[in-house]
Amino acid sequence: MRYGLGIILAGALCYLTLMGAAFAVDEPFRQHMWIAVFVLAIFTIILMRKTNFEPQAPVDESAYMDEPIRYGVIATVFWGVVGFLVGVFIAVQLAFPHLNFEPWLNFGRVRPLHTSAVIFAFGGNALIASSFYVVQRTCRARLFGGDLVWFVFWGYQFFIIMAGTGYLLGITQSREYAEPEWYVDMWLTIVWVAYLVVFMGTLLRRREPHIYVANWFYLSFIITIAMLHVINNLAMPASIVGSKSYSAFSGVQDAVTQWWYGHNAVAFFLTVPFLAMMYYFVPKQVDRPIYSYRLSIVHFWSIIFLYIWAGPHHLHYTAVPDWAQTLGMVFSIMLWMPSWGGMINGLMTLSGAWDKIRTDPIVRLMVAAMAFYGMATFEGPMLSIKSVNSLSHYTDWTIAHVHAGALGWNGMITFAAVYFLAPKLWGRDRLYSIRMVNWHFWLATLGIVLYASSMWVSGIMQGLMWREYDEQGFLVYSFAETVAAMHPYYVMRVSGGVFYLAGGLLMAWNVYQTIRGRVRKETPMGMVLPTHGTAMKPAQ
Amino acid sequence: MSILKNHSKLEKSATLLLITSLAVVTVGGIVEIAPLFYLQNTIEKVEGMRPYTPLELAGRDIYVREGCYACHSQMIRPFRDEVERYGHYSLAAESMYDHSFQWGSKRTGPDLARVGQRYSNEWHVQHLIEPRSVVPESVMPSYAFLKDKPLDVRLASINLTANRRVGVPYTEEMVANAAADMKAQANPDADSKALEARYPKVKVGNYDGNKEALTEMDALVAYLQMLGTLVDFSTYDETAGYR
Repeated sequence: MRYGLGIILAGALCYLTLMGAAFAVDEPFRQHMWIAVFVLAIFTIILMRKTNFEPQAPVDESAYMDEPIRYGVIATVFWGVVGFLVGVFIAVQLAFPHLNFEPWLNFGRVRPLHTSAVIFAFGGNALIASSFYVVQRTCRARLFGGDLVWFVFWGYQFFIIMAGTGYLLGITQSREYAEPEWYVDMWLTIVWVAYLVVFMGTLLRRREPHIYVANWFYLSFIITIAMLHVINNLAMPASIVGSKSYSAFSGVQDAVTQWWYGHNAVAFFLTVPFLAMMYYFVPKQVDRPIYSYRLSIVHFWSIIFLYIWAGPHHLHYTAVPDWAQTLGMVFSIMLWMPSWGGMINGLMTLSGAWDKIRTDPIVRLMVAAMAFYGMATFEGPMLSIKSVNSLSHYTDWTIAHVHAGALGWNGMITFAAVYFLAPKLWGRDRLYSIRMVNWHFWLATLGIVLYASSMWVSGIMQGLMWREYDEQGFLVYSFAETVAAMHPYYVMRVSGGVFYLAGGLLMAWNVYQTIRGRVRKETPMGMVLPTHGTAMKPAQ
Repeated sequence: MSILKNHSKLEKSATLLLITSLAVVTVGGIVEIAPLFYLQNTIEKVEGMRPYTPLELAGRDIYVREGCYACHSQMIRPFRDEVERYGHYSLAAESMYDHSFQWGSKRTGPDLARVGQRYSNEWHVQHLIEPRSVVPESVMPSYAFLKDKPLDVRLASINLTANRRVGVPYTEEMVANAAADMKAQANPDADSKALEARYPKVKVGNYDGNKEALTEMDALVAYLQMLGTLVDFSTYDETAGYR
């Protein structure tokens, strides 16, 4: 029976969530369970309609399993647009607070929806899809696990839906980037273990003696995220049919655990596996080997070792013991070196192929991504210095820093990977439009520049206003005055976000047309059209 | 280099690579986090800290539910301007019963670590209903729905029990009386002797100004009004707390 196991699992889970709705002790949990019932029922019905009892053709074990990757690319584009849209919405809310619609669309509930949508939905799908693509090609082996791969994909989408709807209902742990409550965390743990099994199984059945460098990064990402996720989310649920839980740790210990997790969500979700993308897609796109094999070894081990220490720099001058703060700062500064080592390894891969920046907008996206990575990983260690942090902490400077990294590095390298993958996965000669990629590149760049510069100015300004004294020794500004001073920059930020979103919409259109098999008639990039009337004729 | 030559062993064994990379990433966490659980000087000794009352805990749960941490910190740093603006810098002991901590990372709004007793209950209610009616520059969302939302009293005892399981020193008596204590704290006419005995320094009041109903507004305002008030800094001796 086709989809037999899937129907049984989805149906059983649907029943379980229905029981959850029936016996719920609090209202948000009941609503959340009803959403789960609804989603799972639709999923089960779709599977049942597609099932049949005919004997199935044997799976060709020599072919790559690319169908889940196609789904993953579509999910990446979809969640990307959703995440950018929600980001623009909350940016507008900060500029015009009347656009808060209580209770479901208040800033405090929508903000984690934005961060989770871009990090875990957009980024996560890009990582899962690209890792499945890369591991098969570099191991010359089909994905291990068969239908388990589909469980990883759909299970992860279900996690995203449950996490996102939960925030809007008010189901959150209020731990940054670890907001989902205990039962959603448990579900993610199951999906993540399945992901590890698929990835590891594929590595083990490889037909290449060496494991390619990109896979080291993916493997470290999967196993470290598992460790961080489980330990940081240790919590005591108030009831097994309730949404509320209380963290196993409190105060100082809880703060350090949370930022050990939080900073390494940046490290092992937004850096290490995206470096894996760099190590595969950049050499592929420019058709050059990685600059230095030796550097990639040093890069890999130093970055995973050093990053994990950097968490306490989020807690400078707090009630966390000084020794922990200083240790966090020292390692954060050291981290600058492997970060730039990685950037150099990526950028120098273009040696002898730099001219491609002119003709290939995908290479342009990659180079910009690595450049933004370099900038963000310089700014990061700088902000981790205690005296700098005393000014920047609690202000928009942090927001500027995060977005330079997220929009510039994660966004652009993902866009490049999507543009690389789309024609290959759907068997097209090329993308629908290469020039549209160029438009996307410029819209995104302009968006980042507007976003980051407005937040730099507002952040530094607010930090300085808070500590401004007059000659009599009184504080000059009330807090409310500093809030009012932010308004123009919050409006500017919205414009940056709109540009970035517009680029995302162009990408969605471009990928959609590529899937449909359309090819836009256009002049190739880098070719200069003769200006009317002045062109030289061959005979002249 | 011989190290690089040996590296090919890792490159050829997925299992070895998995184990080694996991071992490498555990070091930092063990060195930085584990000592915090047994080094006694991590949390100073202070007078006055007690677990949250059931009403305050319910208010804190609402604070967590609404994601207030996205814009408000609860951690005053030891700088002149912060101490003048917000009060004495925050002590580790002051969040010892916070599961989870709500120190925050961004101040779109002001720090709230010592907001307790700075404004009247009426001010808080008005501010939560329409923030711009009392602070015209504010960009805070409105939380008017809290005053119409009845507080779920049934959850009081299970929430206290869960906190007790993670180490908050709630006694059996506190758990047994959780629902009654919750109601008593929001009703100035009730006999609050037992409540005050269980939770020293507790403030009783009709927080939301509505005598008819116990609402989520009561709970949130009760929580905000106790923030940072448990340790008496007029008698606090910094050096006595060292361990």
